[in-house]
Amino acid sequence: MSPDFPWLTTLIAWPVLGALLLWLAPRGLRAHARMIALAWSLVELVLVGLAFTAFDTGDSGTVQLTETHRWIPAIGTSYAVGVDGVGLALIAMSALLVPLVVLAAWREQGSQEGVSDRLRGYLALVLLLEAFIVAVFAARDVFLFYVVFEAMLIPVYFMIGAFGGAQRRYAAVKFLLYSLAGGLIMLVGVIALYLQGPGGPEGFLTDNLVTADLAPTTEKWLFVAFFIAFAIKAPMFPVHTWLPDAAEQAPAGTSTLLVGVLDKVGTFGMLTLCLPLFPDASRWAAPVIIVLAVVSILYGALLAIGQKDLMRLIAYTSVSHFGFIVLGIFAFTSTSVAGSSFYMVNHGLSTGALFLLAGFLVARRGSQQIADFGGLQKIVPVLAGLFLVAGLSALSLPGLSTFVSEFMVLVGTFARHPAAAIVASTGVVLAAIYILWTYQRIFTGPPREELEGMPDLRARERWAVAPLIAAMLVLGFVPGPALDLVRPPAAVTLDQVGVTDVPAAAEGSDQ
Amino acid sequence: MSFTQPDSIEWAAMSPVIIVLGAAVVGVLVEAFVPARARRITQLAIAFAATIGAIVAVAALWSGTRRDGGTMVLGGALVVDGPALVLQGSIAVLTILSLLVIADRTATGEDAFAPTAASVPGSDYEELARRKGLEQTEVYPLVLFAAGGMLIFPATADLLTLFVALEVLSLPLYLLTGMARRRRLLSQEASLKYFLLGAFASALLVFGIALVYGYAGTLNYGEIAAVTEDPTGLDTLLLVGAVLVLAGLLFKVGAVPFHTWTPDVYQGAPTPITGFMAACTKVAAFGALLRIYYTVVPGLQWDLDVMMWTVAIATMVVGTVVALVQTDVKRLLAYSSIAHAGFILTGIVALNPAGVSSVLFYLLVYGVATVGAFAVIWLVRERTGGSDDDDPRGSVLGEATHISQWAGLGRTHPALATAFTLFLLSFAGIPLTAGFIGKFTVFSAAVDGGAWPLALIGVLASAAAAFFYVRIIVLMFFTAPHGESDEAAAAAAADELSPEPGPAEPALVGTGVVEAGVVETGADVATPEGGVATLVAVRPVTTTTTVVPSEGFAAVAIVLCAAATILLGVFPQPVLDLIADMATFLR
Repeated sequence: MSPDFPWLTTLIAWPVLGALLLWLAPRGLRAHARMIALAWSLVELVLVGLAFTAFDTGDSGTVQLTETHRWIPAIGTSYAVGVDGVGLALIAMSALLVPLVVLAAWREQGSQEGVSDRLRGYLALVLLLEAFIVAVFAARDVFLFYVVFEAMLIPVYFMIGAFGGAQRRYAAVKFLLYSLAGGLIMLVGVIALYLQGPGGPEGFLTDNLVTADLAPTTEKWLFVAFFIAFAIKAPMFPVHTWLPDAAEQAPAGTSTLLVGVLDKVGTFGMLTLCLPLFPDASRWAAPVIIVLAVVSILYGALLAIGQKDLMRLIAYTSVSHFGFIVLGIFAFTSTSVAGSSFYMVNHGLSTGALFLLAGFLVARRGSQQIADFGGLQKIVPVLAGLFLVAGLSALSLPGLSTFVSEFMVLVGTFARHPAAAIVASTGVVLAAIYILWTYQRIFTGPPREELEGMPDLRARERWAVAPLIAAMLVLGFVPGPALDLVRPPAAVTLDQVGVTDVPAAAEGSDQ
Repeated sequence: MSFTQPDSIEWAAMSPVIIVLGAAVVGVLVEAFVPARARRITQLAIAFAATIGAIVAVAALWSGTRRDGGTMVLGGALVVDGPALVLQGSIAVLTILSLLVIADRTATGEDAFAPTAASVPGSDYEELARRKGLEQTEVYPLVLFAAGGMLIFPATADLLTLFVALEVLSLPLYLLTGMARRRRLLSQEASLKYFLLGAFASALLVFGIALVYGYAGTLNYGEIAAVTEDPTGLDTLLLVGAVLVLAGLLFKVGAVPFHTWTPDVYQGAPTPITGFMAACTKVAAFGALLRIYYTVVPGLQWDLDVMMWTVAIATMVVGTVVALVQTDVKRLLAYSSIAHAGFILTGIVALNPAGVSSVLFYLLVYGVATVGAFAVIWLVRERTGGSDDDDPRGSVLGEATHISQWAGLGRTHPALATAFTLFLLSFAGIPLTAGFIGKFTVFSAAVDGGAWPLALIGVLASAAAAFFYVRIIVLMFFTAPHGESDEAAAAAAADELSPEPGPAEPALVGTGVVEAGVVETGADVATPEGGVATLVAVRPVTTTTTVVPSEGFAAVAIVLCAAATILLGVFPQPVLDLIADMATFLR
């Protein structure tokens, strides 16, 4: 496929068209809204596949498929998109998740018979969000990144607030205010960065800003402004408190996209903006951030163990996992950074599967309380089995892709910060507790009487989860191609930060 | 002081002003000579023709001004330069949009104005006039007079003209504020308050002008600037004068501590007039403030910075914080307009070319969203009973301005609620709306001009302000419209951040039912004399919230404003280019 074709623009425009079609659909088409949304997202997945063929995977450290057009020269911003291996991998992961979310929402929002208008609105928001997701992972212009970073709050806000649980308004408002506060602080940083940079009509291009020569103090302030926004998004301790509320109240599909994809924007921003733009400040801040990351790992895991609500539990496991990702990024070794990049993809798959399966469970029981379940293994064996696999991926069982990435992060970190790596690895033990204990409480034991007759997963629901499990197994046993995508960008990043790589002792053992 | 007759008068350069003021005069004659039936249509034709004519005149002057920087007119009383033309163009555009809302009588056939403004509220005479279907078509010439004053205001080049223009634009607004059809006492109170405080501000301005004249010996901006560049003693006189002049203008833009009139006037004035006043007065007054700050007193920058920084910070903080606790949509937007005045001030304080163009752009996008938002408010009404015994058909009352009455609007009237959401997002400065580009340019000008603390406070205020905009969106889209009592809905709105579960949500979708003791004044209660508290009668009335279909005009205005808000948010480049070319003052 030709690399000159505007693949990324196509990937952005296609879901927008789908969203508009769903919104403005004539009455005749409305009944088919689910099929349209599914077909639309599958075509998007195919388009991503085609974009892969146009992408030179042998040179994944270089930004490819670039397009640059002037957008608002008066304020120095361009429409500039392009991806390296990491960006493309994340786009692919998102494109895989969206059709599954559509499948999972098939009977939600009061559409037991036919398609309700609410479901149609929800699906339109999902597609719109997909466009923003692609755009944010592809943005090569700081202003464009910021605009999408903020604009994507609006569909998510409506997805939580209009379609969620009993306290959805509280959760939606909390989510929005947290994100806006972080985003607006970042805005000051964006403005100041432009004024420090070369300026002019293309002054916001990331490539132009990377070379800017910043005064040390300015650089530190700018780093902090950007990092706070990304830490809230990620979410890291101590600004993570919006996530459990949002995940508890949002529909399972929304949580899948929110935690599986959107929160990656935070870590992705650290990796592709904070490090290259503010290399000195990144090295300056790394010790503090590593401590925060380790705290996130342990704190998230401990709170997950204590949760009574299934959705909140999964949200806290993610806080723990994001700690690993941030730890890997700021450990500054090629193994750890590549591991974090791979972790971002794997976490999307693993958490997506967990949220979707938990959503199916909750839909059957009508309750999110773990105490309301018990002994389901015999009643719904398929659901139990899939949940176990998804859970094992969350605790990084060897053979699943999450093991590879978590191992790389820990090994890479150990090379530079042994203490942090050792403390962080206790998070793996805690993960075993929160996953297995949860599984035990929900699925094992004597079957509860009131749960008799609970239907097992339907074909549609199996199809919504099977691709994720398959992807985790494939990437777990054959991680090579995926690692080829993320290793070269990691080397480029380290070069930009200006640190010499510390070779990991176990280098190569994960292949 | 002596007045020399100018050698020649540049009629062409003054054409936007002359067209609008001339049309206003013709409008007065129409009232005298055209039969009552034809008056409305005639006035509408004149008003639209005049404002469109003003835009055409601005366009005709555009390229010449861009080429040679502008001209002094009337011996230096007026200046037609780039910023003046941009501001005049913005005012003309916003006036047209406002006129569309003002002209809309909605499906009820009643416009926003009292049938005869001179009648005593609640009198038999008023009721008679209402039944006869009288209309106060003087509204249109009044709007044109105000617009004419606004067109002059940012183009003034001496302090005396500044004062005259201020009065020309203010007096019609005082009148228009008092002419509401519903809640007439509230409206008249607002009018009186606006007039008294406005007179006070005018007095400050005149006194300031006198002091500046005492120091400089001239009223001309250019000559004052020349004198102040090289201060020679008596600095206090000049400084006090300049502060008073700025205070007079800060009153008009509604900056803290000169903001107290804003919420009352915004609430009391007829809603379409509120939109007009909020959008256009702000453009005109900020235009004049911009010119004075950039061309007359830059020599005093070090002394005035303290005041302007304090005012800007106080305006942003007070506007935002007080808006957080408002429960009336119009008052809420009033405080939001105060906060916006603070944001704009940060661009003015920047004192660099980027500051000028960013303020000009901000004024335009703020104005567009404001007119649109008030147009939406104009269509959201209270309706009585319907099934009541004494009122079988039900009747549409005034605007439903309590925010609890907006609950569920997103489900019952999705298009209107979406438009309002768009305007709110623009106010909040969410990317891909015009408001974001406006805020971005203003804050970057401020950071560039060394006022980064102001930008930081502005950004924090924006984050806090998002809360009350979002609160309305929550009410419109996420709250059930049916079966909630006034208290419950209000409590739900107020406790949005409290973690208790919200009220149960019935499946029915209908219009929001509000049970309350409605405080009725004016036309709705027959009382003999216009007066004070005796007029307030409380009787239990069940009102529902409804949306009256627009006659067409207001719908067009809302669509235009929404389209402009999106277009200026996504593709602002052409407009930014137009403004950037013109952002140089002729000194």
